[in-house]
Formats: sequence, C-alpha cells, structure tokens
Amino acid sequence: MAAPRLVRAPAPDATLVVRRAHVLDPNAGIDAPHDVVVRGGEIAEIAPPGEAAVPEGAEVVDGEGRHLFPGFVDPHVHLRTPGQEHKEDIETGTRAAAAGGYCAVVAMPNTDPVLDSAPLLNAVREQAERDARVPVGFMPAITRGLGGTELTEMQELRDAGAIGFTDDGKPVTSAGMLRRAMRYQKLCGGVIALHEEDPTLSAGGVMHEGAISARLGLAGYPSVGESTMVARDAALALDEGARTHFQHLSAWQSVEALAAARASGAPVSGEASPHHLLLTDEAVLGLDTRMKMNPPLRTERDRQAVIAGLRDGTIECIATDHAPHAAFEKDVPFEDAPMGTTGLETAFAAVYTGLVRPGVLTLELVVERLTAGARLMDLPVPAIRTGAPANLCLVDLEATWQVGESGYESRSENSCFAGRELNGRVLLTVAAGAVAYRERSFALSEVGR
Amino acid sequence: MPRHLLSIADLDRDGIERILARAGSFAEASGREIKKLPTLRGRRVLNLFYENSTRTRSSFEIAAKTLSADVTNFAASGSSVEKGESLKDTIQTLSAYDPAAIVIRHPHAGAAAMVSRWTPAAVVNAGDGKHEHPTQALLDVFTLTRRLGSLDGKRIWIVGDVEHSRVARSDILAFTTMGAHVTVCGPPTLIPRGIEALGCDVRFTLDELRDADVVYTLRMQKERMRDSYVPSLREYVANYQIDGRRLGPRQVLMHPGPVNRGVELSGDVVDSPQAVITAQVEAGVVVRMAVLYELLAGARATTPEPATPGPVLA
Repeated sequence: MAAPRLVRAPAPDATLVVRRAHVLDPNAGIDAPHDVVVRGGEIAEIAPPGEAAVPEGAEVVDGEGRHLFPGFVDPHVHLRTPGQEHKEDIETGTRAAAAGGYCAVVAMPNTDPVLDSAPLLNAVREQAERDARVPVGFMPAITRGLGGTELTEMQELRDAGAIGFTDDGKPVTSAGMLRRAMRYQKLCGGVIALHEEDPTLSAGGVMHEGAISARLGLAGYPSVGESTMVARDAALALDEGARTHFQHLSAWQSVEALAAARASGAPVSGEASPHHLLLTDEAVLGLDTRMKMNPPLRTERDRQAVIAGLRDGTIECIATDHAPHAAFEKDVPFEDAPMGTTGLETAFAAVYTGLVRPGVLTLELVVERLTAGARLMDLPVPAIRTGAPANLCLVDLEATWQVGESGYESRSENSCFAGRELNGRVLLTVAAGAVAYRERSFALSEVGR
Repeated sequence: MPRHLLSIADLDRDGIERILARAGSFAEASGREIKKLPTLRGRRVLNLFYENSTRTRSSFEIAAKTLSADVTNFAASGSSVEKGESLKDTIQTLSAYDPAAIVIRHPHAGAAAMVSRWTPAAVVNAGDGKHEHPTQALLDVFTLTRRLGSLDGKRIWIVGDVEHSRVARSDILAFTTMGAHVTVCGPPTLIPRGIEALGCDVRFTLDELRDADVVYTLRMQKERMRDSYVPSLREYVANYQIDGRRLGPRQVLMHPGPVNRGVELSGDVVDSPQAVITAQVEAGVVVRMAVLYELLAGARATTPEPATPGPVLA
C-alpha cells in the first residue's frame, strides 16, 4: 500500500466565492469571466458572473478585473530540509510557493544528509505534515549520497511516497549506473529526473563559456557539457522505455536533442526555468552572485531556443529550480559563491512581464506550462472544474511591483530578478482546498451572510 | 578620475594619459637624491594580499611610502583569514582603521569590486583572479609610450597562456584604448573562446609575428602541462618560445615577470636590447604612485566640498 505522494499541514477547508474574475484554465478549457464557488475545499459551482449564490459563511472575494488561474505546480524546488534550514525550510519554502500562486511543489534531495532512504523520507514527510503550507512531494536520490555509484532502495522509497528519483545538483555521470536505475524503474515506477552535466566538460566552470567568460576571466561551462548528456540519456531512455525528465534545460543544443529524442519516441520530457527564459550571460558582467546558477545563464540564442521549445511543446513545463542561499553565502566573490537563485515568488510575474506582455508567449500557454509539471510527475493536474479540489490562484495582471532586495516569504533573498519592476501580483492562493496565501494589502470587499 | 581603480575599463584614453603624465613627472623627480614627496603624509594605505606577490606588493609599498603614506601590509596567510573570516568581515574590520586606500590582490574575479562596496576607502585592484590587473596594464602602456611614443596604429602581439592571464585581459583593453591593434597568440587550448569580443585578433601560430611592433609574452606555468592544456613543455617551446630567431631587431619585447627562462623566452632575448622587462619593473613604482596620487590627492582637488551640509534624514 503506497503512501500518498503529496503531504501538507492540516488546514481548514475553504468556503468562498470569487466574483466576476476572468477565469483562465487551459486544462478545463475556460477563458471567460465567471463566479467560482468553493465549498468545503471543493469547487462547487462555476456560474455566470454575478450570479452564483453565496453559501452560508462564505467569504466573497472581488475578482473584478482580475484573473483566476488553476494553481501552479513546480516540479523542481529546493526546500533545504534537512540540514540547511538557515537557507530555507519546509514552512518558509512552501510559504514562498503559496505567495507565487503554487498549489504544489516537488522538493529535491540534495539536502544534508541527502534524501536517499525511506526513514529520512518518512521524517521529512512528517515534517511537511506539520509545516507545509501547500502540498509537497519529495523526490529522493537515484544514487546513495548522490555519489553516482549505488542505487537507492527505490522500491521502498516509492512505497514511502517518493514522486520519482533525481540526483539533482549532480549528473549521473556513469551511463551504466543510469541504465541500471532505468531498468529498476520498471519495478518501482516514478519518473527519473536528470540534471544534465558532463563534469569533464563543465570542469569547474562558474558561468557559460563564451565572450563574457573570456572577458571576465572566469572558467566557462560550455553548452555541449549539458546537451551531450541530454542526447546520451535520451538514447538510454528510448532503449529502456524509461520515463525520463530533463531538468532546467539551458542550451539550444539541449532543446534540439530533446526534440530529436521525442521525435524518435523516447518517453522524455523537459523543463525550463524563468531565469533561462529571461536572462542571458550578459547579466553576469557585473559579477552579481545572484546571477550564478547551474546550469548557467547562456546566450541570447540559447534563450530564444528555450522560449521556442516552451512554445512548441518540446519543453512541456516551467520549473523554478528555486534554490535559496543565505546572504552571507552569496556575499562572496563570484567564483566562491554557491549556485542558485530563488524563484517561487517571482516566476509568474517574471514570465508574464518578460514574455506575455511583449507578445512572445500567450497567457494561456504560460498558465498551462506552469501547471503541466503535475502531469509530468504523475500528479493530478489542477483544474477549475466542478467537483475538483480547489487549487486556484487569483492574480492582478495590472498590479506592478518591484522585486525587493528583501521582504520575501522565503528565508533567502537571492533573487536574480531583484530590483526589477514586474507586472502581475498574486492576491490569493488556494491549495488543495485551503487558503494558503493572501496578499497582505488585499482586502475582502464583503463578507458573506 | 573614478573613485576606485577596479578595471582598466574604468579609464578612458584621457584618464590613462592623465595617469601616464603624472607618472612621467614622478619619474623625473625620482632622479633626485631625496625621493620622498609629502603628498599623502598622514594617510593610511593598506596592502591586502590574498595571493603571493613580490613585485606588485613591493612596488605598491614603495609607491605609497614615496608619497609619505603610512603603509600596512596584510597577507592572508597567518591572519584571521586562515581562521575562516569572510572577505566582507575582513574588509569591515580593516575599514575601522580608516584607511585612505586599500590595495587588494585576490584569487577571485570581482573581489576588488566587491570590496569597494564594503568600505569607504578608495580601492585599487592589484589583480583579481584571472580577471584584471589594471596597474600592470598602466605600467605596460607607460613603458611602451616611453619607448615608442604614441601607440596609435602599433601592432602588439600578446603571446602565451591568455586563458589564465589577468595581465592579458587588462592589456588588451588598455592597448586598444590607446589606439594599438592587438593580436593574441597561443595554443588554442589556452586562448579562451570569445576573446575576440574584446577587440583583438586571434592567431594560433607565430607565422605572422614579424608584423608585430611589440611582442608581449606571458608566463607559462608548469601546471598547464599537467592539465594537458599543452601536451609537453617541449612542444610549447617549439611552437611559442620567443627566441633570437623569432624576435626581430626592431621589435620591443615585454614580459610581466617573473620570467621562466628557457620556456616562454629564451635566455638570450631576456637580456637583449629589445627587452624592456626591467623598465617595466621601474615603471611599476611611478605608475602606482600616480594611481594613488590621482585617487587620493587628485580627486580632492577636483571635487569641491559641498557648500552646505546635506539634509539629515530623520
């Protein structure tokens, strides 16, 4: 008997009515103003604007001029529990997720100790049952200690609730070891998610190899260091029929390799991160350590290829790779700094401002890609449908806000978008039937009788 | 003049020429019997070296002392850095001593720029990782202009391990700013991809070296052999060593030091009349005097004190 894949802290079921919001749910095929009634944590009714009856004791939320989306699902976050709670923990990380409109997140295993055994998985799930503001799934390691040499007890981990497996932060360097994991997946199931990096090519690189790294005298990590591994592992996935997901694709060659693999019928999928969709290695010129992540920011050609891949469906979802680090860890010279940027609280607004408003991507496509992570992780896809659990976020697309140097729900402040003016503010998030986030200045217009 | 000297790109051509002119006047004065000038009397200069250095550290020290500044040297080894103190904490501690300038050498790119955000002192980058070494570039330009006059239209070849060289990066920028045409040359494994974006040409052989007015050789470190950047020292020497056969009689030969005799340079060319390697070392003192002067004394003369105190925020 397998454990549920997502866990969260107990929270009261929401009963509320969102009045006259523009409901946009590509999964349910809705794109029009409606009233949405949530009763006892479920979507009870979707009615023409202004016509829904207000259940007893319901809050009435004014959605006029605002958009109501299905809650977003992030298949790739770092919650840092256990062992690195000075960066983030399950409570602060899921608070950040809720503030970003997310109704579920999947946590990576590169913690201290590494999440690579069922007792550890049970322990973090118990903690999530106490602290998680939105449902959390866990993806334990493929190899013990992320060491790349011994498989974890994948079956026991699956029984204990593992979503899938990943050595994220590190590649599975040995093709033979990865093939073992893919064969064992036939027994236990669960997607295998891969951080693709050939360490003999990345070789200590701290940014993309190119004109900017040449100028700065920084060791470069070339694009082929990622794409050759995508091609290698796609070939293994095709041969084994193994469900495989490529994390945070950053290089145009990787997008081409993924497209070729999908054309050949390999059961592979991919994700793109907001920072790779919006920034290039030019952002590293000032040696701001918030611009240091793995994989690195690459060139405009790479950025355009990742956008095109997201648009044409080669890349099926947006994942933040939310990677919090404490200020003192990032306040060091670039080469010394840890890799990663936070992302949960800025993902929607950054992509909306940078790609939807200029007309590069449609709002509908972005909302779909922000929820598709659920399907790729074998989780139910949030949908605004009568009878479905309420997973919603209410967004004011016209609201502008400045990404701050501080003041996040996350414990860490290392956002690569700090200082930018963004459009699109999440006002309310309902996750698995409970209100998980309410924007502080957001006042209810009336309270139901 | 900017408040700090972090990158050679902080200076335009006028800024470089102004420092060279100042260095030139110091060079004239250095012939006098009493070399000290009172300019920086009572002001503190901290030399903070996170990497070993002989000539850069000592020339900054001599430069500051010649201007009558009080100089204190901090080396990372034997200090609180070895006890795990962060760069930021070290800088905030040292800033409490109210230095007028901090001269910093650090193994990582951007360290000097970070330091400049953490201290009210003027910061001079004395080498940050493989990124930049702006005072080396200034002394190289100073040495060359004394030998050749204007650098406009001069062809300068930089030969060797460009990948790992902060000197190469600062020199490419400084030489091109002064109107020269720069070509970098070395084994393809030691020429970073994309370096041409700095405005230089790239060659992998010395076949066209005869076109150069100046041959600037870089130090070839033995560990590059271990990491297979080049297959052997023998093959590197065969392809890239500047010797009497390759160096033309009218070409100027430069090297930032210390020289590996018999590797990047043959012994005979080091001592040849074309070599200005000793002149580079001499220029190091007057150019660093000029940098300290412009940052600490020159700026004061050009920035008037505000007539009234600024508003006090509640």
